[in-house]
Amino acid sequence: MKVIAFIKNKYYRRKFKRRNRSIGGDVILFVVLAFFGIFSLFPLLYTLTSAFKPFSEIFMYPPKLTVENPTLNNFFDLGTIIEDFTIPLSRYIFNTLVITGLGTFGTVLLGSMAAYPLAKYEFPGSKLMSNIIVYALMFSTSVTAIPNYLIMSALGIVDTYWAVILPAVGGTLGLYLMKNFMVQVPDDMLEAAKIDGATEFKTFWKVVMPLCKPAWITLVILSFQQMWGTTGGVFIYSEELKPLSYVLSQLVSGGISRTGVASAVSLLMLIVPIGVFVFSQSNVIETMATSGIKG
Amino acid sequence: MGGKKEPFALVWKKHKYKYIMIAPFAVIFIVFTLLPVLVAIFLSFTTFNMVEAPEFAGLDNYVKLMVHDPIFLTAIKNTLFFAIVTGPLSYIMCFLFAWMVNDLPRIPRAIMTLVFYAPSISGNAYLVWKLLLSSDSYGWVNAWLMKLGIVQEAVTWLVKKEYIMPILIIVQLWLSLGVSFLTFIAGFQSLDKSQLEAGSVEGIKNRWQELWYIILPSMKPQLMFGAVMQITSSLSVSQLSIDLVGFPSVSYAGHTILTHLHDFGNVRYELGYACTIAVILFFIMLFCNIIVQKMLRKLG
Repeated sequence: MKVIAFIKNKYYRRKFKRRNRSIGGDVILFVVLAFFGIFSLFPLLYTLTSAFKPFSEIFMYPPKLTVENPTLNNFFDLGTIIEDFTIPLSRYIFNTLVITGLGTFGTVLLGSMAAYPLAKYEFPGSKLMSNIIVYALMFSTSVTAIPNYLIMSALGIVDTYWAVILPAVGGTLGLYLMKNFMVQVPDDMLEAAKIDGATEFKTFWKVVMPLCKPAWITLVILSFQQMWGTTGGVFIYSEELKPLSYVLSQLVSGGISRTGVASAVSLLMLIVPIGVFVFSQSNVIETMATSGIKG
Repeated sequence: MGGKKEPFALVWKKHKYKYIMIAPFAVIFIVFTLLPVLVAIFLSFTTFNMVEAPEFAGLDNYVKLMVHDPIFLTAIKNTLFFAIVTGPLSYIMCFLFAWMVNDLPRIPRAIMTLVFYAPSISGNAYLVWKLLLSSDSYGWVNAWLMKLGIVQEAVTWLVKKEYIMPILIIVQLWLSLGVSFLTFIAGFQSLDKSQLEAGSVEGIKNRWQELWYIILPSMKPQLMFGAVMQITSSLSVSQLSIDLVGFPSVSYAGHTILTHLHDFGNVRYELGYACTIAVILFFIMLFCNIIVQKMLRKLG
């Protein structure tokens, strides 16, 4: 009991700002989080360690999560395979950067800009548009690929970066996400901005977007990840325009002898989205810790 | 759709700016999302093999699908079962974990967010389950079950029809802390802290009351968004099934509406029929969405 009293003094009195919290509740939450955290992380740890396993350990019985003789051979093998490419790796990286950069930027900017009037005002057509946006999320994209292809070839953008960027920007998830956060921006803040003489666009840019930072940061993460993983499919067939994830996914399908290399590839493909995620999340947490937006 | 109600006669100029802000998105949306959907709906009333021009077939596809396609019924049954289990469960998981993570101090919070979100961060990280559940003794699960003496010989997890659905459900739940989870986290981040303080003054005693009386009602927009995401993702499972249990799966145990669509669209090139399946799936989602939105509206 003394221990609990000590902890109580040390952590709970000092942080008296934490209202309505009990140690019992904290312990329960901690146990639940730890249990599911391990479940969540386990397969990824397996990927991580597999990337450093020598061939003999990948097919060891019984298989282990840990590595006994860690090696970088899988990465060297990957390097040798990459050297044999007819197109240099840097070209694929460049393609991915263009597609991911423009796609994410377009999705966040255009989606947010359109979300603002739909979230805060009613005007002719606003309800219809809002409904169509939700419904569009529910139509399977696998059957729209063919009509999409026909439209693109009519516009002459098949086999260009635009063929993967524009459909992503025209997706409605981003707009719907932003709209659901923007409804919470108090009306009087918009009023105040307008009394100060701000235009609609300025109100959007200077008032609404800063307040909805957690939302658009989330959208940056989601959109980045989607664009990062895109392989171009049938929309980009020229080898020199293909993104990085396409080549790497080709490597993975190399059969059982490439299991180690495949793990190395998975690991490398994970690092960048995780970096983006950590960077943007830490950004949000810092800026939003003090102020809420709900009136 | 909140906001103030403006009289219709209000200056056109004011509306003009709103339309201008929507226009860039709207153009891209109409050309690359709406138009393809409309074309697909049109194709659902035709016979179209992608080589010859589509031929109008009226409701033939719909009749064939509902009456003469027993595998489609299996697909619907599997999909609904899968969605009824994973949809609500993953929705609740997303919210509860976001709520718990939000209560942590800053750095553990960032780490735990990443831990839960990690499975959905890389497109095909779930393929690791294939290794774990591999049907020989090199599979992690089999190896340990054999070592502990629970089973005598390797279980063929991914080809036994009674295991297929439970495995798909587990992997889907593992994957499901994605879009909605992040949205809820962002929702918590933009929550007004002064409301929570006011609540504790007004007699909110513990975190559960705080959750029910203050947090849930003020997170309605995020909850609505999350619901739509969970409905669409739990009803549109296909790649997971194809990658894990193969296509077609043993006794169609992992066959879903979308793998059925994949069969006709990408394998048999009967695009008209595939579009019909997409339209039916669309209506199922719409129906689920109406029910869930009604339930959410009652909250708070």
